[in-house]
Amino acid sequence: MRIALFVTCLADTLFPEAAKATVRLLERLGHQVLFPEEQTCCGQMHVNTGYPDDALRLVRRHVRTFAPYDVVVAPSGSCVGSVRHQHAMVARRAGDERLASLAEEVARHTYELSELLVDVLGVTDVGAYYPHRVTYHPTCHSLRMIRVGDRPLRLLREVRGLDLVELPQAEQCCGFGGTFAVKNADTSTAMLADKMRHVLATRADVCTAGDASCLMHIGGGLSRLRAGVRTVHLAEILASTEAGRAGERTGRTEGVAR
Amino acid sequence: MTETFLGMPATAPAGVGNLRGDEPFPVAARRALADAQLRRNLRHATGTIRAKSAAVIGEVPDWPELRAAGRAIKSDTMARLPELLEQLEAAVTAAGGTVHWATDAVEANRIVTDLVRATGADRVMKVKSMATQEIGLNEALEAAGIEPVETDLAELIVQLGRDRPSHILVPAIHRNRAEIREVFLREMPGVDPALTDEPAALAAAARRHLRATFLSTKVAVSGANFAVAETGTLAVVESEGNGRMCLTLPETLITVMGIEKVIPTWDDLGVFLQLLPRASTGERMNPYTSMWTGVTPGDGPQQVHLVLLDNGRSAVLADEVGRQALHCIRCSACLNVCPVYERTGGHAYGSVYPGPIGAVLSPQLTGVEENASLPYASSLCGACFDACPVMIDIPSVLVHLRARHVAEQRAARRTPSAEAVAMAAAAYTMDHPRLYAAAQRAAGLGRIAGRALPPPLNGWTASRDVPAAPPQTFRQWWSERSRS
Repeated sequence: MRIALFVTCLADTLFPEAAKATVRLLERLGHQVLFPEEQTCCGQMHVNTGYPDDALRLVRRHVRTFAPYDVVVAPSGSCVGSVRHQHAMVARRAGDERLASLAEEVARHTYELSELLVDVLGVTDVGAYYPHRVTYHPTCHSLRMIRVGDRPLRLLREVRGLDLVELPQAEQCCGFGGTFAVKNADTSTAMLADKMRHVLATRADVCTAGDASCLMHIGGGLSRLRAGVRTVHLAEILASTEAGRAGERTGRTEGVAR
Repeated sequence: MTETFLGMPATAPAGVGNLRGDEPFPVAARRALADAQLRRNLRHATGTIRAKSAAVIGEVPDWPELRAAGRAIKSDTMARLPELLEQLEAAVTAAGGTVHWATDAVEANRIVTDLVRATGADRVMKVKSMATQEIGLNEALEAAGIEPVETDLAELIVQLGRDRPSHILVPAIHRNRAEIREVFLREMPGVDPALTDEPAALAAAARRHLRATFLSTKVAVSGANFAVAETGTLAVVESEGNGRMCLTLPETLITVMGIEKVIPTWDDLGVFLQLLPRASTGERMNPYTSMWTGVTPGDGPQQVHLVLLDNGRSAVLADEVGRQALHCIRCSACLNVCPVYERTGGHAYGSVYPGPIGAVLSPQLTGVEENASLPYASSLCGACFDACPVMIDIPSVLVHLRARHVAEQRAARRTPSAEAVAMAAAAYTMDHPRLYAAAQRAAGLGRIAGRALPPPLNGWTASRDVPAAPPQTFRQWWSERSRS
């Protein structure tokens, strides 16, 4: 299958390993990955901070870039959520009904990674090997905005060598929330403190999620604590194999090793 | 088309009532976050209610359909609010009640004060009411020399402690029983000095204190959870029975109700009486549901008044996206699941309506500029939307109100704010892939190795490390890979 990668601005700029892993994984499964280079950002930061008018040009760009493709994948539940639930709204707000319906069309063919694997490609065992104790944080937008449900867990359960441990109060927000982490830094930090407490309680080596943004937040806190727990994107775990041990080289947001 | 410009509906007036805080949310939140006892109380209380509520909601097989029905009834109600209010007025009047219309808090307080004065009473008893908290009725009555006595246990605790409510349903959620005992010993006349902090002992003390008030007070003030337009029936839902006392014992009953509380038919009540208790207290049914329709000669209050309160609600109704905040049935489910509320408590929101629903309702009632920090008091995690029994899309309304705030700021300022400039620049850069790639490289090169970023980003680095820049961006990797 020909699959267009919507890399997301955050993965492109700060977490390229998650995007590279997405490419490697899909190619290993026999698919062709295309990267439309005209893409930049979905505009969610603009919408959520109160600047939907500025987001309009980014929605236009996104729709123009991805309209030609039948299947689009992003390693981010949050950005997929923006494509599905914000793009048409931004277009309608600007009175552009044509853009709105095009945006809805693109949204119908845009999938978060675990959705693509399980629902479109029909695979839960991706042939991965990752010999670590791992806990999974569902991330609010994956959980509630696009409802990926247990798809990531079904994928993780098939990974050889992986010891999956349940995260207490997993469904609670880590406190990132985009500009919330800056505008309400104290409250955000209080939420993060509880999330980190729960991650540490699992005694996992790795905390994973389908969103680089939440991992950046949790990882940024764990790094400050020198907690020794790494944050690794779900795509990197799924891309790891016994031969490649790709996951071993990644996880840049980890704290100093114990 | 009329030649008279009617203008936009007015927002709630400043200087009266309890819709505005003294300080922005982040400032008030910081103080609350530093109070370890408060955070323990809140975590315990919200966690307990969450678990109870989830259990009883799990028993209802058609909960999603009930929620959808609740939302549909509220949408229909808002679409024809004027017509339904007139129908309600006619029905209440036909049943022997008197209906008053109050544009805002000032007018509502004056109407109620005049009605109480006309009875000659110098004391009123109150069943817990958000609407009267909103308009600051207690303060207005006291200024007129009339003593208001709260009869809801939690409201009594708040009133005696000269405190403010912190939760829609559990106003004293921020207090534990040891703190409540102290308030009673200090403020309750004639209380037994040997009072313990056992819940039963505290409740008994409050009961003894209130019983004398119930039997000797001739005027009561209530709110209303629902008002049925077709019959003129008002309904109050409660747990303790104090409401029933207030609604049946006095000679005069004055109800202050937000205009959004009307529902079209008696049948609609069936939907909400299933939704409300499970979503709010986690009970299958609340202990007391009291309904009254006008006056029944020889039984109950013989003077029945209904004050229909706007106080900014028409302005909310005028906003196509924001109006769904008026669907709220004040169950507080959104507060109990909100990670922000759980850590800051209700006082940080400044308004009598705290938590996620308060963050969308208060700024609309007052005008966004007067509560501008509230739409940002959320991580947009969406737990409130999932929990809401009438499916109010709170995250979308929050985002909508942020856009309104930005637009109003833009209109009011000569020069754009730093944030607006940054956002416009970012959007421009991101709309030009070459510029964008150049900016990515610059960000990588210029990243400060260390912990502190300049304001406002130091909010991040106070507690979190910044990720180190990767050696190359994804698109650089991709283009190298494609070339090879």
